[in-house]
Amino acid sequence: MESLSNRAKVLTKKPMTLAERAYLPAIFQGLSITMQHFFRAATKKQITIRYPEETRPFSPVFRGLHVLKRDEAGRERCTACGLCAVACPAEAITMVAGERKKGEENLYREEKYAVSYEINMLRCIFCGLCEEACPKAAVYLQADKMAPPRFERDEFIYGKDRLVEPVTPDNRSKRGIQLTPEQADKLRTQLA
Amino acid sequence: MTLPALGWQGLVVLVVFGVSLLIATYSTYAERVIAAFLQDRVGPDRAGPFGLLQPLADAVKLFTKEEFFPAGANRALFVFGPCLAMTTALMSSAVIPFGNVLQFGETAIHLQGIEINVGMLYVFGMVSLGVYGIMIGGWASNNKFSLLGAIRAASQNISYELAMGLALIAVLMISGTLSLREITFQQSSAAPFVWQDIFNWNVMKQPLGFVIFIVCAFAETNRTPFDLPECETELIGGYHTEYSSMKMGLYLFAEYINVFVASAVMSVIYFGGFNFPFQYDLRDWLVSAQGLELVTASNIITILGLVGLFGKIFGFIFFFMWVRWTLPRFRYDQLMRLGWTILIPLAIFNIMLTGGLITFGVIK
Amino acid sequence: MSPLFLFLCFVALLSALGVVLAKNPVHSVLFLILTFFTLSGHYLLLNAQFLAAVNIIVYAGAIMVLFLFVIMFLNLNEDTEPHKPALAKFAAAIAGGSLLLILVAAMRDIQPVGYDPANFNSQIGMVDKLGMVLFKEYALPFELASVLLLAAMVGSVMLGKRETGERNF
Repeated sequence: MESLSNRAKVLTKKPMTLAERAYLPAIFQGLSITMQHFFRAATKKQITIRYPEETRPFSPVFRGLHVLKRDEAGRERCTACGLCAVACPAEAITMVAGERKKGEENLYREEKYAVSYEINMLRCIFCGLCEEACPKAAVYLQADKMAPPRFERDEFIYGKDRLVEPVTPDNRSKRGIQLTPEQADKLRTQLA
Repeated sequence: MTLPALGWQGLVVLVVFGVSLLIATYSTYAERVIAAFLQDRVGPDRAGPFGLLQPLADAVKLFTKEEFFPAGANRALFVFGPCLAMTTALMSSAVIPFGNVLQFGETAIHLQGIEINVGMLYVFGMVSLGVYGIMIGGWASNNKFSLLGAIRAASQNISYELAMGLALIAVLMISGTLSLREITFQQSSAAPFVWQDIFNWNVMKQPLGFVIFIVCAFAETNRTPFDLPECETELIGGYHTEYSSMKMGLYLFAEYINVFVASAVMSVIYFGGFNFPFQYDLRDWLVSAQGLELVTASNIITILGLVGLFGKIFGFIFFFMWVRWTLPRFRYDQLMRLGWTILIPLAIFNIMLTGGLITFGVIK
Repeated sequence: MSPLFLFLCFVALLSALGVVLAKNPVHSVLFLILTFFTLSGHYLLLNAQFLAAVNIIVYAGAIMVLFLFVIMFLNLNEDTEPHKPALAKFAAAIAGGSLLLILVAAMRDIQPVGYDPANFNSQIGMVDKLGMVLFKEYALPFELASVLLLAAMVGSVMLGKRETGERNF
């Protein structure tokens, strides 16, 4: 039958020639190949990335560890509406809503806020649907951070202590609404 | 032999042991660097400049690891196995002539641990004893994979010893002596220099014997492509599956010392030992043109010969590693077929060929 | 009676006793190897270097490896050891005792011949001398021994040969 793809190889089992049976020519061929690689290591640029000093660049669309954003005044944006938890296909997000007391206006932007907000990083598939669902632009997946490995399973449940971004702007994630347009352009060129 | 001379020779033995250990230590580093280069990688480069302190780091790691005894193991033999492997590996380095005589006034130092007139048989005997370390360790582990590795090591070593011995017999027919020093002297180039003697080395007279010998050396040292006793894909770790910490380290060390000794023996028997071309011309030139004393010139030649021998040895060690990272492992039936149906008949043919050539006066 | 000789004798006797008395057959084989080593040491003291080396290569290096090989495969622990009847033990004791008696009696009458310093040749145990004696004076026994080995080899090849239609794996 004729081959459809014309890529079929006919396998013939010919008896080996003397040179093939003696093994040695084949062995020397193999040795010469590895020797070429040996000298290539000295001449060509090495492709190894020496990790702690060098790091591989993240992809521009990389979605990493979550962050709960603050607004320009440093107040938490999250209003605990629960849309992110509904949107989450892995059901990784849980939260408890609470009412803002008097005198807490500088802490929480909305009248209702998340008393606790937990994301289970073992369940999370980092799809980014919470980010899209959020009406207050509070939850973001950072482009440059990952959930590091830990020894215990419960350490992977991230609470507000680890999710809410720091008050000082320097420590904040580079991705998010507080970027000025110039900063955003700079980041885009940097990531591209 | 007077006592001072004995003292010097004792020192030489100690130095030889120390050098063997040092070379084995750095063989682990060399193995990893060569493997990396052959595979377009970087290799160990963190510990010290170019990773040169890597063996130290490995030693610290091995010493501080947990000493583990498997349940049901024969504890005494479990410890005895790696010790025996190390001892037999080290002992064979004692008779190898690393250099000629160094003359300091009255004292003459032979750069050889001990000279015995059955040196070749001694090395051969120590190599054949090396398998006990593996067998005892493998059996005492009380683990079927270890036992299988031990059994494989035993049958492999016995099978390849035969071909190795037969390859050596052809050399003995030419040399007529079992002493390694005598064999080395016979391979020295004639003085004054004539070009027929350019390489008066046994490998020129025994190319087939050398190929057989080097294949058997690979099998005897359990190096790839004949590392069936520790074949990871089938036997986890083979005979050292159950070993950890420095007992494991002793097994690994013993393998590298065996590689060193095998390289040294090949250099001595087939590649002229500490001889190098033009050595007598160089000595005469040093005496006549540079005005050195004959003794000083001879000492310089001896040291150059020592360096040359170590160059040959390192070349062989490199070859061992080069082959390891090139060739895949043999299957066990292929290993046995190669040993019994190819190498032994070839070795016997080589003996007959050598006998014929000697009879008709082609080689002497 | 050099101290080295005494030491070797001591180790040889001790390890030979160990061969018989060891409960574990693997220990027994290892003691036997040690015995061969001490025997090689004795050969060295007698200036027979070749014999010493060959003893190690052939006996310790090859034959005992095969012994160990076989014993490792046999699961020889106390559960599988067959119980011997008292009569067999008694017969074994009698036979062994009479062998010991014969050996002692034979040894008692031996007159050890000392060496004559006048015509003593220290090179008698060297390879070339041994080869000369073996291939000239004792050529016939040597060849007969090789015929014996050949017969054994042919026999083992016959036993190991696969018959038509037989499959072992």
